[in-house]
Amino acid sequence: MKMKRTDESYCLGIESTADDFSVGISTFNGEILANVISVYMPEEGGIHPREAARHHAEVARKILEEAFKKSGIKPQELSVISFSQGPGLGPCLRTGATIARALAAYLNVPLVGVNHCIAHIEMGKLKTGTKDPITLYVSGGNTIVSAFDSGCYRVFGETLDIALGNCLDVFAREAGLHQKVGMPFGAVVEKLASKGEKLIPLPYTVKGMDTSFSGLLTAAVNLLKKRQYKLEDLCYSLQETAFSMVTEVTERALAHTEKKEVLLTGGVAANRRLQLMIKAIAEEHNAEFCVVPSEFAVDNGAMIAWTGVLAYKHGMVTPIEKSFVKLRWRLEEVEVPWVR
Amino acid sequence: MGKVKPFLIKKGAEASLYLAEWHGRKVVVKKRLPKKYRPSKLDEQIRTYRTNHEPQLLHEAKKAGVPTPTIFLIDTKDDAIIMEFVEGRQVKQLLGKATKNERQSVCLKIGELIGRLHKHGIIHGDLTMSNMILNAEEKIFFVDFGLSEKTKELEARGVDLHLVKRALQSTHFRFSKECFDAVIMGYSKVLGVKNAKSILDKVKEIERRGRYVAERKGEQE
Repeated sequence: MKMKRTDESYCLGIESTADDFSVGISTFNGEILANVISVYMPEEGGIHPREAARHHAEVARKILEEAFKKSGIKPQELSVISFSQGPGLGPCLRTGATIARALAAYLNVPLVGVNHCIAHIEMGKLKTGTKDPITLYVSGGNTIVSAFDSGCYRVFGETLDIALGNCLDVFAREAGLHQKVGMPFGAVVEKLASKGEKLIPLPYTVKGMDTSFSGLLTAAVNLLKKRQYKLEDLCYSLQETAFSMVTEVTERALAHTEKKEVLLTGGVAANRRLQLMIKAIAEEHNAEFCVVPSEFAVDNGAMIAWTGVLAYKHGMVTPIEKSFVKLRWRLEEVEVPWVR
Repeated sequence: MGKVKPFLIKKGAEASLYLAEWHGRKVVVKKRLPKKYRPSKLDEQIRTYRTNHEPQLLHEAKKAGVPTPTIFLIDTKDDAIIMEFVEGRQVKQLLGKATKNERQSVCLKIGELIGRLHKHGIIHGDLTMSNMILNAEEKIFFVDFGLSEKTKELEARGVDLHLVKRALQSTHFRFSKECFDAVIMGYSKVLGVKNAKSILDKVKEIERRGRYVAERKGEQE
């Protein structure tokens, strides 16, 4: 337990965009005092938004209490409440927003709505010490290559259809694999892929700096159903192909912007193979490679708390009447006055 | 191969460009170097395919009336292409410094050139402003056809235009809208307003398919 007192100010952040409900507490200097995460894991199938939201509502009290306990902070000591305002799944976002509004009103402190994708980048920068990176953010819901330029983070490339993590998850489900807490589908696929040897040709789709994974997924699932190949080889081929695609577009963005740092974040960032690939292109362009530690790369409340601090320090608060959730809030729409 | 004294001018993501002299000419050598990060089989496939494919489409584009560098030699063993060196400035560099009128006329011309490509069934595949070079005679050259394909499909045309928009928004955000509007104007001149409109509708559809777009499915919060 951290015992940081004196005149320090604190922000509590709530993350609830998809299957994670998480509460983080950050000091105004970026010290993370708590980051408690609860993952909703459906018995079968993907994330049902309503079921995930129900999970969030059920665990909220426990997770909040744990965060307070861990940080040693009392609710009355908080200066700001921040929450993931978007993008994400409606019912999940609304659950988090409702809790945030209630807390802010009860404690009579300002509320700050935070963009989830920006929070991933800011947390990555905080934890790795990078200043101005090209960020590859890969998760179950997002595949984005972005970098800062003139007041905003710009999207250089993104997926034209499904996210990279989603592609791996769906494939794993189709293959009848199972995930558990601490061993999500991505890790299961990675483990199998590490035993694969044969590269099976699969569609490789790069359009400019954008990628597309739906054709790749369909082809991989079709091969799976033919039972012609070993599952290990299919996992290996799927990973190699999909990762090569995102690595190619990240390298394009790197060559285009000539930035000197590459940051890898999001749930898929935990994959060792992907880390190696991105590291290789960073080295080739004399850029520093940084990967965000897993706890802060997956969806987490700490990143929302920290980004809330950054926004609040720059006078950005969200009045209750403007705190409705934004399901498809793009990151380049957000002003980030705290960057340079 | 003649005597090539290569001098690296640009280390791109996909290939390295060298300025060299070849039989008394100033040429660009585009070399696709192996990428360590991907499996060698996949790497070879991609490099060989693109090296063989690019010159064909550069030539096709020229036939369609779009200035492109002339190909002198294709070295399939080394995955290298030797082509004409186009002297001029990247559109990416000049857009920021240009006056509004200059921007308009350059973008209009770019739109016409894209229109010509599409009319002849060529999709460029990587339409960024750094792949366009304005020479001293005010001619715009399109380069880098590594991701090109031959198709007249609406979807492919739509993605191509979407990429132009994306490139403008990420790098020339201050005037991306007026630039894109000018591109579309030029594009419509070549393909006709009706065709252009159906392709633009496709662009919107493609954007809606993306992960986070406010108007997707007309969603209400």
